[in-house]
Amino acid sequence: MFIFEFLSSFFGSSLLICLISILAFIYAARLVNQQSIKLNQVPHSLLNYYGFYSFLWVFFPSIIILVLWSLLSKTFIDNQFLFLVQESYPKLPESFIFLKLAQIQNISAGLLETNDILMKELSERYISYQKTSIQLRVLVILTLVFFGLLYSFIRLSPKLKARIYIEDTLRRTFLLAALVAILTTVGIISALLYQAFIFFSQYPLQDFFFGTHWSPMVALREGAIDEDVGGSTGSFGMIPVIFGTLLVAFLAMCVAIPIGLFSAIYMAEFATEKVRNILKPILEVLAGIPTVVYGFFAALTAAPFFKNLGLFVGLDVSSQSALSAGVVMGIMIIPFISSLSDDVIRAVPQSLRDGAFGLGSTKGEVITLVVLPAAFPGLVGAFLLAVSRAIGETMIVVMAVGVTANLTINPLDSVTTVTVQIVMLLTGDNEFDSVKTMSAFALGITLFVITLLLNIGALSVARRVGEKYE
Amino acid sequence: MLQEEWVKNMSDTTYEEIIKKGLSKRHAKEKRLKVYGILSILFALSFLTIFIFTIFSNGYTALKQTQTLISIQLPSDEILDSNGRIDIKKSRAYNWDGLVKKSFRNYFPEVQKTSDKRELSNLISENAGYQLRLNIENGKFSVGDSVNAWVKTSDDVDMLLKGLMNRDIEEKNRRLSDQQIKWVDQLIKEKKVKLFFNSSFFTKADSREPESAGILGAVVGSAFALLITLLLALPLAVMAAIYLEYFAKPGKITDFIEVNINNLAAVPSIVFGLLGLAVFIGFFGFPRSIPLVGGMVLALMTLPTIIIATRASIRAVPTSIRDAALGLGASKMQTATDHILPLAAPGILTGTIIGMAQALGETAPLLMIGMVAFIVDVPNSINSPATALPVQIFMWSDSAERAFSERASLAIMMLLIFLISMNIIAVILRKKYETKW
Repeated sequence: MFIFEFLSSFFGSSLLICLISILAFIYAARLVNQQSIKLNQVPHSLLNYYGFYSFLWVFFPSIIILVLWSLLSKTFIDNQFLFLVQESYPKLPESFIFLKLAQIQNISAGLLETNDILMKELSERYISYQKTSIQLRVLVILTLVFFGLLYSFIRLSPKLKARIYIEDTLRRTFLLAALVAILTTVGIISALLYQAFIFFSQYPLQDFFFGTHWSPMVALREGAIDEDVGGSTGSFGMIPVIFGTLLVAFLAMCVAIPIGLFSAIYMAEFATEKVRNILKPILEVLAGIPTVVYGFFAALTAAPFFKNLGLFVGLDVSSQSALSAGVVMGIMIIPFISSLSDDVIRAVPQSLRDGAFGLGSTKGEVITLVVLPAAFPGLVGAFLLAVSRAIGETMIVVMAVGVTANLTINPLDSVTTVTVQIVMLLTGDNEFDSVKTMSAFALGITLFVITLLLNIGALSVARRVGEKYE
Repeated sequence: MLQEEWVKNMSDTTYEEIIKKGLSKRHAKEKRLKVYGILSILFALSFLTIFIFTIFSNGYTALKQTQTLISIQLPSDEILDSNGRIDIKKSRAYNWDGLVKKSFRNYFPEVQKTSDKRELSNLISENAGYQLRLNIENGKFSVGDSVNAWVKTSDDVDMLLKGLMNRDIEEKNRRLSDQQIKWVDQLIKEKKVKLFFNSSFFTKADSREPESAGILGAVVGSAFALLITLLLALPLAVMAAIYLEYFAKPGKITDFIEVNINNLAAVPSIVFGLLGLAVFIGFFGFPRSIPLVGGMVLALMTLPTIIIATRASIRAVPTSIRDAALGLGASKMQTATDHILPLAAPGILTGTIIGMAQALGETAPLLMIGMVAFIVDVPNSINSPATALPVQIFMWSDSAERAFSERASLAIMMLLIFLISMNIIAVILRKKYETKW
């Protein structure tokens, strides 16, 4: 009994599968060896490949089903159970059904106690559903293991081209692994689009993209009070949020581009190899600091500093000003720009420099009149990547700027950004399908598209430069 | 025509002189460029210094925690069952908080007014009673004894002792009243309060009270998430890199995969969080706040980094190795898995460690999948609700109490130590196993 319980757990099942597969590996290799001696026939492949052949057939089908079953069974059971709850409580409105389901789950997990007979019965039913699912899972896995063994051992013979078979399978698996990158992109786009689509079915598209008022928490837009979504629909005009994002990114660039570029010029053209070898790793330390640490610094050190500086010169600086977030973000991006620019500048062929020197230019002239113009497209690519980085940066702004959207270009004011809004909308105790949470996905797809365009632009510019000097 | 005129006009000065005249200006220009470069680097370096200095000077005080000596008469019959053993139910119901606070108030028998009594009690940590109960249930203290125990004070007293609370500002702007400060000063004089090493910071999870909040829960949560990330990202990345380097035929599909990988490396991390929320939690029905989902999201995020590093180290293996293996009759797959991969392993390992370091510092995607919850237990599996180290830093720096931001600084120091040691390990591995061809 105890053994069965252990085997039906996820860990137990996977252990069992591993064990049987390893045994299959050993016996398959031995079997083919004996057969080849008996038939006096040289096996097609090395003996290990026959082992692997059997291993593949036993291990993979069962382990894949085990993982998928474990991942999907809860959703499946819940969906089935929803009907049952609906039947038992016919008068309950839709939104309460989910609540009831959550209660039943808690009761069946032993987290809650109840005296309600119907609830007790339902939670027992729920437990029995779960039990059936697990018993079924064990059964299916054992069947798969059995048939895997059967099939592979029937096919085993010295004639079998095991190596070819294994290598084909491996190659296909490798291809699948490479396709994960595409799958992720497709996943991002479809998930964001799907949620954003639901949002736009409840909120007009043009109001989102061209509206100038953003206050997701309160109903301010005329006629926006929508009974279906709980009564409080805010107004979702994206313009001020985008403006705030661009303002912070602009400030960051004002800090990062000159400082990053000048350090790159110094390191690539002036510094000796020794100095360079010391400075580069130190700058890379800046790049390795997590963004949450920069955010901590921006909120607790930079913001009070700028506020006091403002008081000193007689300016009213908000304690959540775009300035402090922008400056700290700029510092974060310095090493990013300097190392990219450094690469670009060093990629300019030495012959161009030698030519300019030969015509009598000073080193300064070589840099400003020859090297930088030649590197210009590459530098633009680096800056575009940096802008994309600044727009998508989350933690610094979450910790240092405000949540209220102001349509302003004054860096001393409090602004908000796309990423701040996404975090704010999705970290509260919001229900998953309200307009508020959906709007976060609409912001998300906007953010994704903007950064994607910047990245593609940067990559294509960089590629063009690479071709020019090859 | 023009040229001749120009030469005529300039006949009294030679070309050399013209060039020499402009030369100092041109050199000054060059010097300026150099100075700008040096200044920029100095700016970055000075920021780094300021930065480390502020974090360190804010954080090191959190290594100590104020405690106060209280003599307590422990209860006996109230918490024992009929067999003379501790009854957990009774013990839970017992008013330990009241006991600690009453014992503490014995120092100041003159305090009688209810409001004053409350002020006095507020100097003791809210968790002191709970701590005492644990000590009794663990058998550290025995029932019925009268013990002298060091008990944590509230974070305000802690701040006062560390000199982080300004005594000179107005009473209403301070978290301790004049009267409370007088009491504490008296205790200091009698050596009844002292700073101890803050061991609970390293052995406990989060808490509402800064004085009992620790980072172990967050560290364990991060470790679980990173374990998942490693198990998912490393095999996938190695397989994908081998495919792209060895088997992919140049063409549209391969190009498309490469463009995708490069783009994913630059997608904002918060977008991966949205993906995790919508797909793993929304579609597959995973619970929120668990390291399993966090690890999966971080794996998708670090995958491009590791793939790019792996491809670079595979490419660094000279083609002669490959040709030799193929020449001796190895198949393409055997060449890749038996010869190239072992030689590329140090580079792959370095890339993986760097990717893991990046994942360890990442916060935004974890916020999206709910690893930002307030959790008082150290997580014990990849399925139990947890938070992560950077998220813990975020949560603490958001709190109003000064004591929390002190703890956030110390947690940042811990995080930086982890990151630096990961990077050092990566450098050492690279130095040790790197083959020069």
